[in-house]
Amino acid sequence: MKLAYYPGCTLKNHAKNFEDSALCAIEALGVEVDEIDRWNCCGTVFSLATDDLIHHLAPVRNLIRVKEAGADGMLTLCAMCFNTIKRSNERMKSSPEDLAVINDFMYREKLAYEGDVPVYHLLELLRDELTFEKVAAAVKRSLGDLKVASYYGCYLVRPAEIGIDDVENPTVLDDLMKALGADAVDFPLKTECCASYQTVDNPDIVADRTNQIVSSALGQGAEVMVVSCPLCAFNLDHRQRETARKYPEFKHIPVLYFTQLLAIAMGCTEESLKLDLHHVDPKPLLQGKGLI
Amino acid sequence: MSPFVTKVQQLSGQNLLACYQCGKCSAGCPVVSQMDILPNQIIRLAQLGLREDLLESKAIWVCASCMTCNVRCPKGINIAEVIEALRQIMLRRREDHVDVKELSDAERADVPPIALISSLRKFTS
Ligand code: SF4
Ligand code: SF4
Repeated sequence: MKLAYYPGCTLKNHAKNFEDSALCAIEALGVEVDEIDRWNCCGTVFSLATDDLIHHLAPVRNLIRVKEAGADGMLTLCAMCFNTIKRSNERMKSSPEDLAVINDFMYREKLAYEGDVPVYHLLELLRDELTFEKVAAAVKRSLGDLKVASYYGCYLVRPAEIGIDDVENPTVLDDLMKALGADAVDFPLKTECCASYQTVDNPDIVADRTNQIVSSALGQGAEVMVVSCPLCAFNLDHRQRETARKYPEFKHIPVLYFTQLLAIAMGCTEESLKLDLHHVDPKPLLQGKGLI
Repeated sequence: MSPFVTKVQQLSGQNLLACYQCGKCSAGCPVVSQMDILPNQIIRLAQLGLREDLLESKAIWVCASCMTCNVRCPKGINIAEVIEALRQIMLRRREDHVDVKELSDAERADVPPIALISSLRKFTS
């Protein structure tokens, strides 16, 4: 299966650690991906208003680019891109009228879209195509006894129609962490929203969420949290500064992308981890565990 | 049915009268502590067509579109879509909730594109 890789905006700057670690890890696993030519921002959030067709253009345009590349599907890393593009795709598949309007609007595209490009998240590729057994067999550096709390957030699992796992009790990230040799730490708030885009004009509410979510993970013995979304990463990691200001008892924890631990396990260089992009420095923990 | 209720139902694609006020949407909402009216109350006020109470509420701008209420509603109502419809009614009057010019340079540089774009998509027309 040849997949076209859709990075999305934030993976080229604030979340370069997500992109570089993922690309290194999947190469080590023998998966070949090419970045989509001339991709554009997906819009980050799926349009919930029934008549708001214009915001489906961006996702559909990216799907046309995948077709132009002759790929079998689109590979996403960012949970928000995954959700936005996959949901637009589902709407196009279920509504030929909407699809016709969109195609008419984009009449200068060389191809009309037909709702025929499947959208995958990297976790699905690892679980369903490669399988976690094979991932486990490819581990060069086991994560040992690292205690990892997997945070799913919203858009990997909701709504159920497009989610990649159980809507209330997903385990795909935990299963991957176990395949890499880590101790997976389950915690009750693993699918509770971090308050998302509220971070721009209402960071106070994010501090509340981060306090609860991080404290819940720490309470179950986690040493590190992993995420699959750059907005979750920003809220749970960078906003720990605001959280600590508001809640003096708050205890910090490093937050990594799941791909960074995957890359470590696959023997990637530290350069691909870009550990300087974090707010809470993960290096002391990783060094202490002999992982970097 | 008032034009306002019809509009909310159209924009959201939801049948407001299906709600029987069990409160499950509000029970699981992660940002409910900052809401002046709770998600189940939003649905109730919308059934009754109480336009000003809804459009002037803080709650519609506190919702993070996390979809938790949607996946839990026993009546299959997409509450997040109803809240989006209310935001859209305001935004289509050019009543933006966020003004990017009011953010300091530091704030703008601090947050990643994914945060800025989603905030502007949700809170500006
Ligand atoms: S969960 Fe559904 S039925 Fe219950 S109060 Fe909320 S909208 Fe109404
Ligand atoms: S979608 Fe909005 S109202 Fe529903 S649970 Fe999430 S934040 Fe609360």
